Order: sequence, then structure tokens, then C-alpha cells
Amino acid sequence: MAGGTAISGARAGLIALLSPAYLWLTAAIFLPLSAMLFFSLVTELPFGGAEWAFTLENYRAFFETPTYATLLWKSVRLGLIVTVVCLLVGFPCAYVLAKAIRGRAREALFLLVILPFWSNSLVRIFSWAIVLRGNGVLDLGLNALLPFEVDVSLMFTTHAIVIGLVHSYLPYVILTSYLALQAIDDNLIDAARSMGAGKPTILWRLVLPLSLPGLVAGAVLIFVPVVGAFMEPRILGGRVGTYYGTVIEDQFVAVYNWPLGAALSFILLAVVLFILAVASPMLKRAQA
Amino acid sequence: MARVSVEGIVKRYGTVAALDEVSLDFEDGGLFALLGPSGSGKTTLLRAIAGFVFPDRGRIRIGDQPVERVPVEKRDIGMMFQNYALFPNMSVADNVGFGLRVRKVGAAEERRRVGEALELVQLEGFGGRKPHELSGGQRQRVALARAIVTNPRVLLLDEPLSALDKALRVDMQFELRRIQREIGITTILVTHDQEEALTLSDRIGILRDGRLVQAGPPREVYNAPADLFAATFLGEANILPGGGAGIVVPEGVAPGAVLAVRPEAIAMTRTEPEGAGLSKCVGVLERRVFAGAMATCLVRREDGGEMKVVSRDQDIPAGLTEGDRLWLSWPVDKTLAIPPEG
Ligand SMILES: Nc1ncnc2c1ncn2[C@@H]1O[C@H](COP(=O)(O)OP(=O)(O)OP(=O)(O)O)[C@@H](O)[C@H]1O
Ligand SMILES: [Mg+2]
Repeated sequence: MAGGTAISGARAGLIALLSPAYLWLTAAIFLPLSAMLFFSLVTELPFGGAEWAFTLENYRAFFETPTYATLLWKSVRLGLIVTVVCLLVGFPCAYVLAKAIRGRAREALFLLVILPFWSNSLVRIFSWAIVLRGNGVLDLGLNALLPFEVDVSLMFTTHAIVIGLVHSYLPYVILTSYLALQAIDDNLIDAARSMGAGKPTILWRLVLPLSLPGLVAGAVLIFVPVVGAFMEPRILGGRVGTYYGTVIEDQFVAVYNWPLGAALSFILLAVVLFILAVASPMLKRAQA
Repeated sequence: MARVSVEGIVKRYGTVAALDEVSLDFEDGGLFALLGPSGSGKTTLLRAIAGFVFPDRGRIRIGDQPVERVPVEKRDIGMMFQNYALFPNMSVADNVGFGLRVRKVGAAEERRRVGEALELVQLEGFGGRKPHELSGGQRQRVALARAIVTNPRVLLLDEPLSALDKALRVDMQFELRRIQREIGITTILVTHDQEEALTLSDRIGILRDGRLVQAGPPREVYNAPADLFAATFLGEANILPGGGAGIVVPEGVAPGAVLAVRPEAIAMTRTEPEGAGLSKCVGVLERRVFAGAMATCLVRREDGGEMKVVSRDQDIPAGLTEGDRLWLSWPVDKTLAIPPEG
């Protein structure tokens, strides 16, 4: 009996210790999310004595107007492109950081990698605008170096959006891949070499499979926010910068149709979760 | 299989000479143990033979081929690592078959040879498991199978058994010896454990500060150490005073040589032992430590020097207790004459 009391006492203590964390989670995630879910199901915001009723109208709007689906697909494609570019650029960087460089130089390079985290994202995006626009830094620089005239004006193109997003999200892949690569025992690579394996074999059969969890984590960290991104498309994309995320933003800040914005957000959430759910068993199999 | 030789190799890290003019021959099909204190260059020598590090100077041959500038991948060696280094993402069969697949031997051939190798290490039927589903001893065997499955010219082992507990280690020593004899592969083993070196190998080499102190068959090195370091590193040695009353200097000993005797060569008696060809001295028993079948006694000689004696419990005179006076004796031909340093 005494034992039982001790255990339930310990459990009570545990609950007491954990409760602030759970309360915080509830407040920070579930409350806003429930509020949004509620907004997405009403005709009007129930503020200032407005008339309101429950409705599915906001969700139906998505299916009745093909533009939304088109834009959602455009955003998913943007997410995939940015993710793939980040993986292709970030993984080699992480590999060099983790396996080729030692000591002080590594710390210095690491600081440079996380430098974008330290600056305000708006500042970052506007800096890219200055670089990429016609007669901008890139244009002037190239023309100063090259013997012939070139006209690079990447501003207000999809390329500009991709460049801006890749720059913002690259550190995630580098960090997650770095951690995964760091955990690979150098003896494994030595062992593979002793069995006659060259660099491509080691990369393909050993290093990539073993760092897959890091790559996946990085990909998810990038894909999810990029699909809903609105700042980079708006500032760097100009007229071509209409994406699913910008449409949602418009509903909240310009058109002031919160119920529609909330419904569109939930559809985005559902689609992203669906994509992750479909991708995860495939990745598990690839790793085995 | 091949004979391996290193000739005058030097490897420096900054000001530290990890290897300093080391020359050694490893016979075809033999098992050679490299011994030495920590930091003496054992791993560096092994990795130089493997091809992970290139020596600054000197020559390395595997068979008839000079390999100083050949990278590991091209050297056709098998290596076993201290922590096994099994690939965690692959099954046991894929681990063992890795080297075969790199050599593109074909699926059927790969399956056959992986099966053979697993049988050799007594792990038939374990091919489908992942490394984390194996015990320490089983991982060890997989690592060994993986190292020999490609029929490499030389097998290199860096402290292969140090992660195992004592009982398992002794089992694996026999196992390793059996397999090594069975396939007749030239094997070089680095170890901290002198007992392991003595029981396993055909020849041993003792390294100190990057230099080779002595090499030869274990019995020879044990019975005729090249210097004081070799005498005390491999087993223990009681240093004798330069000729006392009963201590006989063996014939033909170079002037300046240090005399010593191994603890297990000494007999203890209450009375003065009779007989020709014996060295002897008197001492007082200071301490007696019982350790299973053997007992260790510390005896203070009359001239103040300390002698360690290891003998079977029943060979110690009955009723001998600490503080008793006794005689120590040993055959003159068991006296080690250690050449002076330098
Ligand atoms: N990569 C390296 N960089 C700098 N110094 C090194 C390097 N590898 C080895 N050394 C130095 O070379 C010497 C020999 O090292 P080595 O690893 O060969 O010793 P060891 O005999 O294997 O020792 P242990 O028994 O502790 O494994 C040591 O002084 C070590 O500090
Ligand atoms: Mg070592």
C-alpha cells in the first residue's frame, strides 16, 4: 500500500512539474488554432455586434474558384523547388563543415552559416531586392567585370523569389545535415575505405543513408513554411508574386475577409499534413 | 596472402615523431602482435601499413608491391576496428558483402562468399539481422568476417578485443587464432594486453616512443629482452645487484649488463638450498598476496632491494608468514642478462 501511495505521489509531482509546459502549449497553439477554426466556420466575425452564423461557405469557396487550387499547386511547387535547391546546396556545405574542416575555421564558418538568423527577414529581403533589380548591385557588378554588356534584371521573377527563399531557409538544412553528419563515426568511413570503396560509393551507400534523418528534418523545416510564404513572393516577385500565401495574407490584411482566410489556411494545413504523411513511409523504407 | 615489410619509416606530427625509423618484417601467414605503451606509435604503424597515413620517409611493401603512395582503397587489406565500425544502416549480410559488392563479384558469388564467411565465424543464419540486434561478441565476429571475406593480402587489427569482457576476450582470442590459421592470412595485431600478445602471436614487436625496441618470437623476447624497457614491459623482472654473495653471474655476460630474474623463476625455502647451478640470496618476507592458484610475495633482500616472487600456493613453505627470514633461489641459466642501454 505504501508503495502505491509513493508512486501516485510521484505521479502527482510529475503532473505538477509538467503542467506549466502543457498550459503554455495549450495557450500558444491550441487556443489560436481553435479560434481560427471557429473563424473559418462563420459568416462574419462575431465582433462589434455583427450578425453571424455557422457555415461551410468559406470552404466551398476554395472548391468553387479554381484559382485557389492553381495557386496552392504553384505554392507547393515553389516549396518543392526551394527545398530541393536548399538540399543540393546545403548538404555539401554541411559535409565540408562536418568532415573536411577542423578546429577554429569550422567555428568561424559555422557562425557565417547562421548569420542570416541574426538579421531581420525584411531587411534581408530588401537587400536582395537591391542586389537583383535592373541596374542593381548584381547588374553593375557583372557589367564591370564582363567585357560585353549584359542585362540582368532578376527582380520580379520567380528566380528572385527562389533566391530569396533559399537564402532565408538554407541554414536549416545546413544545421540539420551537419548534426546528422557529425554523428557518423569516422571509423565507418575508414572501414568502407579499407574494403576498397571509393568516395562515390561511400557517399551513396553510407553517408547519405546515415544522414537521411537530418535531410528529412531540414526538408520539412523548409517545405512547410515556404508553401505558405508571402513576404518573399510579394517583395521579390511583384506581379508574378501571387501565391497561395499572399492570397491568405490579403484576406486578413487587405480584403478583411477573415473567415475565408482562415478556411484557406486550414486547407493549406491539411494539404501539407497530407504530403508529409504520404512522404514519411517512403522515407522510412528508403532508410531501411 | 603476402609478406609485409616496412623499412625505415618515419612519421612526424609536428615535433612528435610517431614513428622513428621503424623497420619490421611480417612473415607470410604469421600472426604478429605490436605491443607498446600508450602513444608509442602502434596505431600509426598499423594505419601506415593500411594506407590511412602516408609515412614521411621509408618504404612499405605488401607482397612485392611498394605501397607507400597507394591509398587504402587500392591496397587490398582487411581491417578490423576497435569499436567494430559495423554499418548501422545495413544488415549483417550487407555489411559482410560490402567489400564484395565494391569489387562487383556478382550477386550469386556474393551470397556464397558471405555465407562462407559467416560460417567461418560461426554466425550462420544471422545474415538478416541489423548490427544493433547483436551482442558484443557477435558484432566482433561480423567485423572479422567482413574484414576477411574479400581474401585480403593482410589482416590488420587495432585492439580488436579490448571492448570485450575478460571471459569473452579469451574465447575470441582462440577463435581469432583458429580462423587465422585456417585461412593462413598474414595478420598484424595491435594490443595493450601483453598476455594476449604472448598467447596469440608467432612474433611480437615492442614499440616505445615511435621506435622499435625488439622484435622476435614471444618466448625469445621474454627470455632475452633487448633492454631494461623490454624486460619490464613484457612481464616483470627483479633487478639484481651487480653480483652479491650467492648471486652467480652467468658466463659470457657483457660488462655493464644488468642482471634480472623473472618472479616465477624464483623458489622460496626456509633453509639454504643445496645444488649446483643455483643463484641464491636471503631476505625477509614483507607481504604475501593470495590470488587464486598463484600467490605473489614481496621479499626484502638483505641489501635493501625488493624481490617479487610468483609461485603456486602449495610450493610456498608451510606456515611462512610475513616477517619470516627465507632463502630465494633460481637456476643460474634463468638469470636475464640485459644489455646496457645505448
Ligand atoms: N593525427 C595525429 N595528429 C597529431 N598527432 C598524432 C596523430 N596521430 C597520432 N599522433 C601522435 O603520435 C603518437 C603515436 O600515436 P599512436 O596513436 O600511434 O599511439 P598508440 O601506440 O596507438 O597509442 P594507444 O595505445 O594509446 O592507442 C602519439 O604521441 C600521438 O599523440
Ligand atoms: Mg592506438
